[in-house]
Amino acid sequence: MSALLWEVCQQPVQVGSQELQEALLNRIVCLPNHVSNKLEGKNPPVFFPQNYFPFLGGTIIQVLQKISDSLRGGLDCSICFVSHVLGKVCIHGRQKEILGILVPSLMELTKSDCIWQRICWRLVEYVPDRWMEAVVLGFVQQTPGADVLSRLLGNLVVKSMKAQFVVTQKMLLLQYGHTTAVLQNLLGYLALDSLRRALLIKALQELLETWSSSSAVRHSPPEQQQYISKAILICLSHLKETEIESCRQELLTSMMEGVKCHLDSSLPQIRHLGMIVAESISAKINTDGPVLKFQYEENDEARELKSLLVQTPPFCAVSSLACDDRNEKADSALPVVLESNDKSHAAAPVMLDEEQNTELDSDDDLIPYDMSEDKEVKIKAPVYIRDCIEVLTGCEDMDKWEATVKALESLVRKNPEATREVSVELAKILLHLEEKTYIEGFVELRQRAQVAVLTTDPIPVAKYLTSQFYSLNYSLHQRMDILDVLVLSAQELSYPKSHWKTKHSGAPKPCIQLPHGSDSSKDWRRIVDERIKNKTRRFATGHSQVELASGPNEFNSVAGHFFFPLIQHFDRPLTTFDLLGEDHFVLGRLVHALAVLMYLAVNTVAVAAMGKALLEFVWALRFHTDSYVRQGLLCCISSLLFSVPAECLLEDMTEELLETQSWLGGKRRWCTPVFFWFMVRSLCSISDCDGSRRVLVSYTRDLHSTCIYCLLV
Amino acid sequence: MALPPPDPQFVLRGTSAAVHTLHFSCGGQEPDVPVLFSGSENGLIHVWNLKTHRVDTALDGHGRKSVYCVETMGGKNRLLSQGRDQRICLWDLAEGRTAVMDSVFMENVGFCRCSLLMVAQGRWLMAMAAKALEEVQVLELPSKTSVCTLKPEAGAKLGMPMCLKLWQLSGGSQPLLLAGYEDGSVVLWNLSMGKALSQLACHQEPVMSLDFDSEKAKGISGSSEKVLSIWSLNEQQNLQVYKTHNLVNAGISDITIRPDKKIVATAGWDHRIRIFGWKKLKPLAVLDYHTATVHCVSFSNHKNPRERLLAAGSKDHRISIWSIYTQT
Repeated sequence: MSALLWEVCQQPVQVGSQELQEALLNRIVCLPNHVSNKLEGKNPPVFFPQNYFPFLGGTIIQVLQKISDSLRGGLDCSICFVSHVLGKVCIHGRQKEILGILVPSLMELTKSDCIWQRICWRLVEYVPDRWMEAVVLGFVQQTPGADVLSRLLGNLVVKSMKAQFVVTQKMLLLQYGHTTAVLQNLLGYLALDSLRRALLIKALQELLETWSSSSAVRHSPPEQQQYISKAILICLSHLKETEIESCRQELLTSMMEGVKCHLDSSLPQIRHLGMIVAESISAKINTDGPVLKFQYEENDEARELKSLLVQTPPFCAVSSLACDDRNEKADSALPVVLESNDKSHAAAPVMLDEEQNTELDSDDDLIPYDMSEDKEVKIKAPVYIRDCIEVLTGCEDMDKWEATVKALESLVRKNPEATREVSVELAKILLHLEEKTYIEGFVELRQRAQVAVLTTDPIPVAKYLTSQFYSLNYSLHQRMDILDVLVLSAQELSYPKSHWKTKHSGAPKPCIQLPHGSDSSKDWRRIVDERIKNKTRRFATGHSQVELASGPNEFNSVAGHFFFPLIQHFDRPLTTFDLLGEDHFVLGRLVHALAVLMYLAVNTVAVAAMGKALLEFVWALRFHTDSYVRQGLLCCISSLLFSVPAECLLEDMTEELLETQSWLGGKRRWCTPVFFWFMVRSLCSISDCDGSRRVLVSYTRDLHSTCIYCLLV
Repeated sequence: MALPPPDPQFVLRGTSAAVHTLHFSCGGQEPDVPVLFSGSENGLIHVWNLKTHRVDTALDGHGRKSVYCVETMGGKNRLLSQGRDQRICLWDLAEGRTAVMDSVFMENVGFCRCSLLMVAQGRWLMAMAAKALEEVQVLELPSKTSVCTLKPEAGAKLGMPMCLKLWQLSGGSQPLLLAGYEDGSVVLWNLSMGKALSQLACHQEPVMSLDFDSEKAKGISGSSEKVLSIWSLNEQQNLQVYKTHNLVNAGISDITIRPDKKIVATAGWDHRIRIFGWKKLKPLAVLDYHTATVHCVSFSNHKNPRERLLAAGSKDHRISIWSIYTQT
């Protein structure tokens, strides 16, 4: 094989031999395929691709050796054919096998020999443009460090436009699957030569342009944005003072733009990325002045990103050897530290003993006074709802205030009658309640109290809360609180078990009670049951059946009060609140809340009317720009399909459904499950075959549990 | 049956604001009247005559902002006060004057009381929280020259200094500083090297107050938790936990060891003053008089041990004066 390659290399290029070379190239590269096709399974292992291509790599090295010898001898020969072989192998996806052999040997050979370096540069240069990408990518992935890459590739990116495009555009802006080490290699390579540094700055500018474009932030996946942020940070780490000086103004403008659109995003991850990158840029451009500083959680990702800012020394960039070395050193250093710690510990007990000996019984001359009165101080929480209101509205005593906030939920649940008298007032106070002093879990305590009030007296309180959602002078946070409270209460009302439990926990009261209708009927039921049980003789006891908790769905009568006021006014902007405009985050929450309310309204009377209204609402918002809102809309549709009975779906809202179907059937790939489900369900309701329906139900459950879970978390 | 705890010997009323700091000056010779200085939330420093139990003078030097530390420098004629107006004032009170001689502007806005130590006749060191969040600055008074700035190592995450205590072993050895920080740790600083000698995590919550007994090389600290922590300093200058003591109610705002090192008093958020024996931290008494958080406790420096007093200032505007364990 090496002889063959060598022969081709020696021949001067002739017009006629072009075709021959082409055929030869094809044979060499595709040999494993041809052989396995002919032998059909009885292929000798040497022709397996994983063996053949490393072998080919070895052969190439031998040929290159010969070429270098002949060059030293003054003979001229062409490396072109070898480059073609390399390119073709790479484009066939065998970079790993062939470069796994080539790169380490070339790395060794080029270390001190400039002829070998030239050979290597030529080898890559002569790769035809159509194969260039695969070769460059292979080299970047296989080389252990930027300096090696620079030695192997030379100034390829300056000479070949194709390679330049691959390196500065494709690998940075279009692809985002490469590891951080690859990025460091690539950008380090660009930074290592003065000719290439111009490209580095250009690449940084283009990266920043993407980073600060609001459209890219909104539409590209978070992984890509993370990749771009990493690339920016690595670029920044390579830039020198003077270079930063020259493009300070551009950096500043794109930073301002970028921060704005990152902070506007509804994904916390994107916001964090924006903060970290902006901090780094501002630290680079203002070395002496004040720098940007954000507050965010220091997690692994943030730490990793920040570590990229510190430039790794070129010689141990990714090389595993160096890493091992360092670890060993650290290991050897560790025991020393531990020993010294041990010493100090050993010294400690001795000291203590001595001290204790000298001090034996020395406090005895002081006779203690009576300390039986020293008990824990407990602040009494109010026991009446009206007292609570008084404390919450105008009390300066923080301890009392804290006790009240903590006691309120149980108080409301224990005294439904008293709560109903002041329910709206209480809801209003709770909505405006602010954390005057730090209480652990304040937000949750307040929310639970709000839910308790709303479930105790649903209609007036829901009316109040939904009207406040669209009124002036509330913060976005308060509006989202309202949504949360409505959703949680609806959940509690529609869920029979929790209702049952709470009712009974409050039931045994020592005071005299008027016989309520419902209570007495329950007692009657219990007494009869007991009598039957006593008079019945059982001969065998089977498996005792677990009785599912059941009770009337309390959400049935009030679902409309929760739902319709919320859906009505979304398109009327107020001076302080513009749902369809910049407050799209609240809109997203609203849409999700509606989806949950729809889901919880299953089996209620109002469900058909709710479904119809919701479909119209979804239709109006279907082209919203924020993905969180669009996701909510899909949740709406799926919970609608789940809750509304099939008859109603097909009879009352056929037209709306068809519209939705055509929207869903469009380009959005990720909503196909919903669409698929919808199709099956409509078919099913017509044919009504039991088996498929059961499958369907379980499928919906899954779909829903994921949706609803996402919402509630 | 143990005796019921005593009542206060007398109560000083009339500050008309929460009392944040107290300082006795009772060491003078016979014609001198023992006095008690109190700093309160309305920015006034009251000088109480302990013979008549009346206010002699009210000093107004902090622009009606709360005064949270008062110390005398030498006799009762030189006074240092620290207020929330970010100033530390030096007063000249001799011959009935009430003038602020000099003042130091603090760039820190925390609640950390400064600490004062006389190093030579007419020369004091004062430690106070510095401008940067985690730093402590030490000045020499009255010249106001900066001695050193104590900066924790980068990444130590100690938080703000909460309480300071300058001390030195007898006989002019070099002064050291103990500082309690927001993260609950106590750090021992060497002033001449500007270096932390030892650090000990005493509490989970910010250290609210600490005091140190240089003879026994043992200190005590309290925080917003239910725990008092007692720690000792060994010969290698390492701090180590000696003992912890659990309290009935959470929150300690001040701790003072009596000058004769026999007992310790704590001021509790639960309105109570607690007395412990210093050697083994044996609980001795719980003084329940105040109706709001007790902010400060202070022992008098009477020459005659039998006259020694304990004073406590509270949020309920009162200062209670106690005479307790004076026989020993």
